[in-house]
Amino acid sequence: MSAIVLTISRTLYEKIIEHARKDHPDEACGVIAGPAGSDTPTRFIPMQNAERSPTFYRFDSQEQLKVWREMDDNDEEPVVIYHSHTATQAYPSRTDVLYASEPQAHYVLVSTRDEKETEFRSYRIVDGEVTEEPVTIAE
Amino acid sequence: MAIEVRIPTILRTYTGGAKAVEGSGATLDELLNNLDAAHGGLRERLVDGEKLRRFVNVYLNDEDVRFLGGLETPVKDGDTVTVLPAVAGGQ
Repeated sequence: MSAIVLTISRTLYEKIIEHARKDHPDEACGVIAGPAGSDTPTRFIPMQNAERSPTFYRFDSQEQLKVWREMDDNDEEPVVIYHSHTATQAYPSRTDVLYASEPQAHYVLVSTRDEKETEFRSYRIVDGEVTEEPVTIAE
Repeated sequence: MAIEVRIPTILRTYTGGAKAVEGSGATLDELLNNLDAAHGGLRERLVDGEKLRRFVNVYLNDEDVRFLGGLETPVKDGDTVTVLPAVAGGQ
């Protein structure tokens, strides 16, 4: 069972922020895979936002199949599922909660609403309940 | 006739924890009805009325069935059907 804290390397933390900034004003999204059961994010997998929208994201279904199969082959699981909000706070929206379906994942929300400061927060979303968790950046 | 159906984590409550189950049918629709007989409630997580739910992805072998025939997609012995909840959200 995943801990109620996200521990992530600085490199991966910066990669998420960079992706969100690059795709702004569209929402950016992706996965960080890690060895199954380790609760450790290791492999950064930015995904296409098939909606290409400033207010909605969705993984392309064919790309998702490819990535989920690779993780399965590598004995990995999605440890982090991240996406960005481009005009609102870095907090899960009603639809974010509605569609959260990986109970062991850390849901990272980034907000690029401010040009200079990027908000980065992490949550567990299990059975429709949101619990914010602290983020530890490992140098 | 056996078709393997791979089940995502959140739907394993319907299969007693199994990652994959077997079923039969000539179309995806028939297969889902067949599975529902053994795993009650599973079909309703995938189908809303007469259509596949928008935020669930169902694949026949390597392809999203939205590009094939949806619920009418023909299936056969040896096929693998994979279910993945869509990863989506918004502001």
